[in-house]
Amino acid sequence: MYKILRKESLNPTVTLMEIEAPFVAAKAQAGQFIILRVDGEGERIPLTVAGYDREKGSVTIIFQIVGATTYALNQKNEGEYISDFVGPLGVATKLDGLKRVCIVGGGVGCAIALPIAQKLHEMGAHVTSIIGFRSKDIVILEDEFKKVSDVLHVMTDDGSYGRQGNVCVPLKEMLDAGVGFDEVITIGPLIMMKFVVEAVRPTGIPCTVSMNPIMIDGTGMCGGCRLTLNRDGEKITKFACVDGPDFNGYEVDFDEAMSRAVMYKDFERHAYEDTCNLFSKEVK
Amino acid sequence: MANMSPKKNPIPTQEPEIRAHNFEEVAMGYSEAVAIDEALRCLNCKNMPCVSGCPVNIHIPEFISKIKEGDFEGAYQVINRSSSLPAVCGRVCPQETQCESKCVRGIKGEPVGIGRLERFVADWHNAHLDEAPAVAAPNGHKVAVVGSGPSGLTCAGDLAKKGYKVTVFEALHAAGGVLVYGIPEFRLPKAIVQKEVDNLVKMGVDVETNIVIGKTLTIDELFDIGYEAVFIGTGAGLPNFMGIPGESYKGVYSANEFLTRSNLMKAYKESPVTPIMKGGKVAVVGGGNVAMDAARTALRLGAEKVYIVYRRSMEELPARREEVEHAIEEGIEFKLLNNPVEILGYNNPDDKRDARNGFVTGMKCICMELGEPDERGRRRPVEIKGSEFILDVNTVIMSIGTSPNPLIKMTTNGLDVNKRGGIIVEESTGATTKEGVYAGGDAVTGAATVISAMGAGKTAAKAIDEYLMSK
Repeated sequence: MYKILRKESLNPTVTLMEIEAPFVAAKAQAGQFIILRVDGEGERIPLTVAGYDREKGSVTIIFQIVGATTYALNQKNEGEYISDFVGPLGVATKLDGLKRVCIVGGGVGCAIALPIAQKLHEMGAHVTSIIGFRSKDIVILEDEFKKVSDVLHVMTDDGSYGRQGNVCVPLKEMLDAGVGFDEVITIGPLIMMKFVVEAVRPTGIPCTVSMNPIMIDGTGMCGGCRLTLNRDGEKITKFACVDGPDFNGYEVDFDEAMSRAVMYKDFERHAYEDTCNLFSKEVK
Repeated sequence: MANMSPKKNPIPTQEPEIRAHNFEEVAMGYSEAVAIDEALRCLNCKNMPCVSGCPVNIHIPEFISKIKEGDFEGAYQVINRSSSLPAVCGRVCPQETQCESKCVRGIKGEPVGIGRLERFVADWHNAHLDEAPAVAAPNGHKVAVVGSGPSGLTCAGDLAKKGYKVTVFEALHAAGGVLVYGIPEFRLPKAIVQKEVDNLVKMGVDVETNIVIGKTLTIDELFDIGYEAVFIGTGAGLPNFMGIPGESYKGVYSANEFLTRSNLMKAYKESPVTPIMKGGKVAVVGGGNVAMDAARTALRLGAEKVYIVYRRSMEELPARREEVEHAIEEGIEFKLLNNPVEILGYNNPDDKRDARNGFVTGMKCICMELGEPDERGRRRPVEIKGSEFILDVNTVIMSIGTSPNPLIKMTTNGLDVNKRGGIIVEESTGATTKEGVYAGGDAVTGAATVISAMGAGKTAAKAIDEYLMSK
């Protein structure tokens, strides 16, 4: 059992939890993920590490309440326990030698982008961050990004906060103006990452994306997290859990990844509604 | 007086039309009277050919003699000297290619039902006795076992009996490895596996779930924190795919994924929390035990039609004979000498948001014929030109083997693997190229049987004991 040390609501649908997991905390690095189960009958879901405290033995996760499991997780409070928490899984984001980097985060993906920005800042790299959200009420982690970014662009789709537009707007402006980066690292919804990759492609600047497909074991056993890379005209199958979650954005078949991501859409919607109903009944 | 019936006593089973819709165990086991009657078919041959057919050399005529006397616990103790998991192996061993293939009674009839008797003895023991095996006084040495499948459980049990302090590390949330995530309930009830794990715990073994060795802790770190030897039994790894077009369409699973969703994550239960595609028409590609398990699971989940697609003929089909017979009885159709060439998916060019886009609509196959034998003597399947046809299915389950898990190799210096990724060991001891590190089971051999993994766990336990005692 793994104790919830801290719980904080970042916005109405995004929650931060600090979980006591000393073995995971001892090893975790930016870009890696964990798999958790809320209770003994629960589903296994992967979440990317949003932070860690090696001394305290804790790992921070930030999740959006999108389905039955994240809903059930959000019902847990500080001092309570979840049944399983395993990791760190996947390969850490490779940051060695980077001096000028642009980090592009979208929505809850910003939670995963933050530890990468922090690490780069610690390394003394010049960090440009672009963080995008649908609207003002769901903006998260702005202060944290401010602390570690040399340049920060906050974007909202509806213009209710920061600049109006998507993350590609300032990115393209910078690239068009000839601003150079050693690498662009993007984390967020698949469709956003796809457009970021297309915006960067003409410049040839390396572009890393963080994939978060459906997984079960997370250790290289089930193959459910496979994705296709197009490399030198060949299609290559890779497994996000052991080969990723970071991939060369130029190679990823995003259309396929987007299609696979919604394989269980109907099931998930029903499970979510059932769980919401269950908890609201318990409250009554 | 020997029972000279040429036929084995049949094992009672659930009727095919009933069992095809539930996850209860298919075979129900012998009664005491039937077990004694079957035991009487054994001629107690002096040269004991059956023993040489057993990968762990169980003293078969000796345990069968005990059954004849009605001393069922005595029979259990005989088996227990050589095998740690008799209730499991009695159910999942391919006896027809092992012990029973050597049985003298098989020359002019059916061999003695050795597997059924083993199962009977183990079940009798589990039903009547509830004490864990005796363990020696603690000897102060600590050993780490990585993976809680058949090889790991066996290695841990044997070392615990000798007085070692053993910790088993399991990556998943439940112990048992392939016995829990892979083999379905209807073939191996999970309560049996749990009993084996509980026994280990009673013997003083610590079972640590949610620890991925190679990630959470490395092999070197296990030595740093006081373990003096390590056994790696991490099992099969990444599933193989065929490399044909369409394998990423929705509805294409690896057998590992499909079975894990159903078995470990309980997607077969009513209102599961983990989804799985149920119903429709299903093709399982491959001919091993895993393929049979996947096909019969799909059927029980409510498929209207299930095909096994295998590129050779029934004769070469590697699955355990009883599973093939059960599958046929349950109505699974075998498309033999057929090989998939492409998986077809729905694509509405006018509407990218069509919810059906990307789901499997069929599988294009080609007919095969058997040509010249290959280096292993199996006749090689050859495509028959122009014989392509489309199989109408909406789920495809690839069951064509796995390659070893790369996580430990990636983080362990000095641990050599062969070109297929299997850990290199000295066969007689299980010793790897790294001092104090032993390995066995699928992580070494690639996909094989429960009994051979168990045998490797026993071999390594013995070698680890000798290594630590001579240090």
